[in-house]
Amino acid sequence: MGMLNVLVTVSLAYVTFLFMVAFFADRAAARGRSKWLQSPLIYTLSLSIYCTAWTFYGAVGYAARSGVEFLTIYLGPSIVMIGWWLILRKLVRIGRSQRVTSIADLISSRFGKSNSLAVVVTVIAVVGTTPYIALQLQSVTLALDAFAGEEVTPSVGPSATALWLAVGLALFTVLFGTRNLDANERHDGVVMAIAVEAVVKLVALVAVGLFVIWGIGGGIGPTMERISQSEIARWDVSAGRWMGLMFLSSAALLTLPRMFQVMVVENEDERHLATASWAFPAYLLLMSLFVVPIAVLGLEYMPDGANPDLFVLTLPLAEGRNTLAMLSFLGGFSSATSMVIVAAIALSTMVSNHIVMPIWLSTQGSTAMVAGDVRHVVLLSRRLSIMGVLTLGYLYHHTTGGGEALASIGLISFAGVAQTLPALLGGIFWRGATRVGALMGMVVGFVLWAYTLFMPSFGPEVFMSETFLREGPFGWGWLRPEALFGIASSDPVVHSVVWSMSLNTFTFFIFSLISFPTPLERLQGAQFVNVFDHSARPGSWSRGLAEAEDLLVMAQRILGPSEAQSLFRSEAVSQGITGYLPETTPEFLQRLEREMAGSVGAATAHAMVGQILGRASVTVEDLMAVADETAQIMEYSNQLEAKSAELTRTARQLRAANEKLTQMSVQKDAFLSQISHELRTPMTSIRAFSEILRDGGLDDAALAKYAGIIHDEAIRLTRLLDDLLDLSVLENGQVSLNERVGKIGDVLNQAVAAAGIENSRLRVVRSKVREDLMIYTDLDRLSQVFINLISNALKYCDAARPRLEVSIRDLGDTLAIDFIDNGSGIPMASQDVIFEKFSRVGSDQAAGGAGLGLAICREIMHRLGGTVSYLPGQGGGAFRVILPVTVVRSGR
Amino acid sequence: MGKRVLLIEDEPNIIEAISFILSRDGWDVDTHANGIDAVDKVIARQPDLVILDVMLPGRSGFDILRDLRAHDGTAALPVLMLTARGQTKDRETAKALGVSRFMTKPFSNAEVLESVRSLANGVEAPQ
Repeated sequence: MGMLNVLVTVSLAYVTFLFMVAFFADRAAARGRSKWLQSPLIYTLSLSIYCTAWTFYGAVGYAARSGVEFLTIYLGPSIVMIGWWLILRKLVRIGRSQRVTSIADLISSRFGKSNSLAVVVTVIAVVGTTPYIALQLQSVTLALDAFAGEEVTPSVGPSATALWLAVGLALFTVLFGTRNLDANERHDGVVMAIAVEAVVKLVALVAVGLFVIWGIGGGIGPTMERISQSEIARWDVSAGRWMGLMFLSSAALLTLPRMFQVMVVENEDERHLATASWAFPAYLLLMSLFVVPIAVLGLEYMPDGANPDLFVLTLPLAEGRNTLAMLSFLGGFSSATSMVIVAAIALSTMVSNHIVMPIWLSTQGSTAMVAGDVRHVVLLSRRLSIMGVLTLGYLYHHTTGGGEALASIGLISFAGVAQTLPALLGGIFWRGATRVGALMGMVVGFVLWAYTLFMPSFGPEVFMSETFLREGPFGWGWLRPEALFGIASSDPVVHSVVWSMSLNTFTFFIFSLISFPTPLERLQGAQFVNVFDHSARPGSWSRGLAEAEDLLVMAQRILGPSEAQSLFRSEAVSQGITGYLPETTPEFLQRLEREMAGSVGAATAHAMVGQILGRASVTVEDLMAVADETAQIMEYSNQLEAKSAELTRTARQLRAANEKLTQMSVQKDAFLSQISHELRTPMTSIRAFSEILRDGGLDDAALAKYAGIIHDEAIRLTRLLDDLLDLSVLENGQVSLNERVGKIGDVLNQAVAAAGIENSRLRVVRSKVREDLMIYTDLDRLSQVFINLISNALKYCDAARPRLEVSIRDLGDTLAIDFIDNGSGIPMASQDVIFEKFSRVGSDQAAGGAGLGLAICREIMHRLGGTVSYLPGQGGGAFRVILPVTVVRSGR
Repeated sequence: MGKRVLLIEDEPNIIEAISFILSRDGWDVDTHANGIDAVDKVIARQPDLVILDVMLPGRSGFDILRDLRAHDGTAALPVLMLTARGQTKDRETAKALGVSRFMTKPFSNAEVLESVRSLANGVEAPQ
């Protein structure tokens, strides 16, 4: 059995072991027994994914080529880490309080939840990280090759190795990276596995280092001597390059998606940072301690042309220390895999959240949100994104075929993702930073980076021609990718970083100044910049009784005392606690939130619980959600109110209709009763006297008298029926007017003649003024009105010498004909009712009317377009007939 | 005979007709034409029977009946009520107030005469 087969077997065993670690860690976390998982040590170890295969293998190669410059890669992050109070603490606090899922999420969230910004950051991250993933695949492949070099025929080709590695990593990442979708996006299993890998790689590198010093170098003294004689020891330090590299590595710690993932997203407790601030630099120190000895001895002992990037592996191999070599291989394998796994998780989160999901949601319309559970879609999108990221990495590795020095890929990557730094730092420290500024800055920086570093790094004829690189586009020398504006630098990395970062920052600054933030940006800006004012110190939640008490008080307000108390008590019982206050476990908090969400909405419930726990300030998103809920409730209550108002209105209408019907029914009854009375009264006389006549035995005088009564009553009856019919026709509007022209005086003459006053004492006095006015109306109907008024005066005027004055007045737009007698008139109380049917003032039945006359007059005048009304204050009974002046056809 | 009937009615022709019929039958007919002082008139005249119209000027026949029934001297006085309105409701109102007999106009003379005779002779107790 060859070395390679052993190696593959060991590797598979190691991978299986990692799977189990991740699995049990996940299960422990799911059971809530994850306390030991949340130790600062695990956190620190997880940060070690900073040390990828690049640092594991590449640092030695770097030192072999460029001396102690490799230290910058460790110094930058160490400085940031030691100064954690300044930036990292704020990032973690913001990440916690805003429930940030990635660096793209943080930046977009800060600048008003701008998805375009998130997309830009995601693109930068993917472009910057893909070569890095390829680099990891390549390192494992190269390492395998180093072993295979011992064999006659490699059992697998290099590319196949990379493919299998990529598939395996994809499998692992999908399995443990997308198991859960909780708000904080923590992956306990993955974190645990990479912590284990961190230990493995440190142990491996230290072991190789110790072997090199004592096994090859002959102890510390001789080794130091060799080092001081080697070229590496010559401190040929270029200040600019050192500054540049330290800046880059510091920026990388903050902006690399995978670093952001473990440092901010996976952070369990802000206080872990304090531990990591010394423990992580210590880890880096240990990792770098043996780099120089290995490099020096490697250069000395290995044949010329041996790849210094693989000294860590090849030195033990060359010395026949196969077990050590195997450990070394596992160290490098650990470095590569942990980086790829976390990078894939971080990138897939970004790609899925900011590219795939928005597209999917936009194709779904609003139904998806309504449907509620998009979890399975998110998971699927996350998994596909992981596979996509690894496929990209593999394809990059496959097409470039490796070959570049590992270190240069690393630096290019660093410079790429560093383009998000101005927006990140500006966003959390400067309230004036705006979305437009961030967007423009990043785009400018990214384009410059691609132009001056990324594309030229492929060498001539890949993206840029030889001429292009040497003379610039179109021969414009000032646009030469590696010497912008004629400022050539011996170092393309420094050149690119200086240009891209300074212009990025400058653009960010200028555009932030000249653009105006949206209200949401303003709010978010304040939340981010002043995060320490807004949020209480999170820490791991202090699960005190006071907290449970506060929660109970709040829950009672929302749920009502009895329900809240029974909820708390039942939880306490299920936790096995005596008393009514349970431990505020995450499960209980979720349950409480759910219960309260039923009353106040999910967002409000979340915000309220968060407030009590001091866990998070209320985010703008929360506020918006609360506002949405409130708006919905208001909308709903408005609808209810509208409905209620409508019901009230309908009820009122029904009541009114009912009242009207009742009133009409009462009126109808009264009317029928009246008609019955008016008809039966003459009938009674007629019947009684006709029976008397039939009985016989009457003298002639009595006979004549009684026959006369029968006759009169019959006429009265007929007149009554006529009046009733007339009124009915008038009221129903079925009357047809017979309009013609006539002199108003003639109409009065006719009326006076027909009123039957010739044998009475009533004198009708007419002024004759305006009696020659010609009018066009129904003259017979008008005459009927006049007759009624004259005969009323005849019946009711109680003066000794009754007299009725009739005069015509011109009132401008109307013509008034007044009938004023010298009687006692109509009492004020009766003036309103006289125009009603069957209304008779006084007891004078002898007047003979049924009380329909004035009602008929009113209806007639209404048809003629005029009115008839009582004219009070004239001394006697006074009526005024008004005709519209439009009926007048000619003047005097 | 010679018993006295007080006719409270405002329609002249009906007063004339009823007076004629009752007089011919030997009744002593007294008439009164408005409702306002009708009760006083009854108490003053002490008739053996009252014929009462419902629709009277000044006061309704129902109100007069109620007063008569409330007054000791006239509580049991036979009252024949006549109305031209002829509605069931009126008949019930009259019964409730203790009318002796209720008739609707127009009536037959014989009917009125028979009613007056039986009421005055106590054949029919007040209801």
